[in-house]
Amino acid sequence: MMRYLLGRLSQAALLLLGVTLITFALLYILPADPARQIAGRSATAETVANIRTQLGLDLPFYQQYGRYVTQLVQGDLGRSYAQKTEVGEVVASRLPATLILMGAAIACELVIGLVIGIFAAAQQGRRSDDVVMMLSFVGVSTPQFVASLAMLYTFSVLLDWFPVGGYGEFKHVVLPAMTLGLLGAGWYARMLRSSMIDVLTQDYIRTARAKGASQLRVLMRHALRNAVLPVVAMIGIDIGLFMSGAVVVESVFGWPGIGQLAWQAIQQVDIPIIMGVTLVAAVAIVLGNLLADLVAPLIDPRIQLR
Amino acid sequence: MVNNTTRIASVLVFLLVLVAVCAPWLAPYPPEETFFDGLTLEGAPLAPSARFWFGTDLLGRDLFSRVIFGAQTSLIIGVVANGIALTVGTVIGVFGGFLRSWVGVALMRFTDLMMCFPALLLAIVLSAIFTPSLWIVAMVIAMVNWVQIARVVYAQTVALAERSFVEATISLGATPARILFRHIVPHLVPTLIVYGTLGIATTVLLEATLSFLGIGVQPPTPSWGNIIFENQSYFSTAPWLVFIPGAAIVLMAVCFNVLGDALRQVLDPTLGARRS
Repeated sequence: MMRYLLGRLSQAALLLLGVTLITFALLYILPADPARQIAGRSATAETVANIRTQLGLDLPFYQQYGRYVTQLVQGDLGRSYAQKTEVGEVVASRLPATLILMGAAIACELVIGLVIGIFAAAQQGRRSDDVVMMLSFVGVSTPQFVASLAMLYTFSVLLDWFPVGGYGEFKHVVLPAMTLGLLGAGWYARMLRSSMIDVLTQDYIRTARAKGASQLRVLMRHALRNAVLPVVAMIGIDIGLFMSGAVVVESVFGWPGIGQLAWQAIQQVDIPIIMGVTLVAAVAIVLGNLLADLVAPLIDPRIQLR
Repeated sequence: MVNNTTRIASVLVFLLVLVAVCAPWLAPYPPEETFFDGLTLEGAPLAPSARFWFGTDLLGRDLFSRVIFGAQTSLIIGVVANGIALTVGTVIGVFGGFLRSWVGVALMRFTDLMMCFPALLLAIVLSAIFTPSLWIVAMVIAMVNWVQIARVVYAQTVALAERSFVEATISLGATPARILFRHIVPHLVPTLIVYGTLGIATTVLLEATLSFLGIGVQPPTPSWGNIIFENQSYFSTAPWLVFIPGAAIVLMAVCFNVLGDALRQVLDPTLGARRS
């Protein structure tokens, strides 16, 4: 177990190093000039040159990257160009909002997706199965911004049940979380349905039925526990996805999370923040997958970690 | 396996392609024409009427014509971006799975690395680097979407390379190139058809999202995403400006998803074994 974990973690460290290298290289060839951005429009060429030297932007690529990695290993993510504060602090201040939205969205996905998936598997081949599967197709085919605007129009403009945006109270999280949850539930429902249908053809399900177990008991006790594994992997993927992928929902609803920060930083060419956010998102992706793999044997003892 | 949903989806896909190809003849007005009487006296967009079927947008252009030409943009990007992603993903996946040397290992490690990238963030950074045009947007989407295809193709290639018919061909003295192109690649075709179809849906959604953020297809070229981007400030007073192109995006993505899923059930060899 310990060896497995060490192996995975060192692998993860290498992958993350690769992510920083590629992102750094991409931002290096960015045509926008951060020094000019910081200096402002009216600055003289001399001021811009000074800032460039100060930030080390005139150094060759490998030296700049070397400097970044050396600082990174010491836990220093650099300073934001636009806000003149530590990147670590800026990112940390955005984490709670993103984590709240992530938790709420995954909870919505699970509740809606599991109910629909189990229902569809139990009704397999009937009209009701077709209808809910069609709905799940609509869920996975709707871009986040269309769903966000539709939710806003229905529940804020027409019905006036929830505020248009904001952060801090329960009523603020409902619409963004439901938007992400409804769309993501489509994936969960489809995945659970197909894995339930596979499990329902197994011999032990026939045995359970033969012993007189009710349909509900067969579905929940015997089938679901064996079919739920892909769903766990999916939660792992979503942890990584929502850490950065909620860019659209966060900017439409004015949710002060990592995604909104990333979007602002890209518009301002705030390279240290873009680096920091990409790194945090990559860490979440790697950790999400690792967590899913670690939880798998707890759910299904037949699985062994290699 | 072919049910009514699939039939309807196929017909709709056919119609969408038809609309995209015939856009110049179907659209009542040129998509970039600004009408002097296309706005109210206060300068707000017009509601749908007999003259402007979907109303006018914030600049007084005919929304119906823009939506029709938007189909063209979406399909061009869908086909081009997805074609590039499919080609790159297949080449990397096949060689990653077939070459036992360090080249194969390096290709797959690189794919693993790309899996760790936040896809949307990567696409946004890439579009910020290059000044977006139709073809650049297609390239950006391809650079993000090939990863998934490479993983699938890799897994299939590895599985195929261990099958006994490949072993038999080796023992008959076939060259590696012959094994690869005559015996392994043809077996990948069904998978590629399935992922090619599903990929169009993914591509259309990503293009719409980038255009909605203002870094995809640039106005005045109409795309469903940038129509919403341009008009979002009117979304509470003139919701059709947002929800008609929005519905078009969803419709196209649903159709390609339904079609791809139906193709998978017919073609995917890994599913066939498990179906009772």
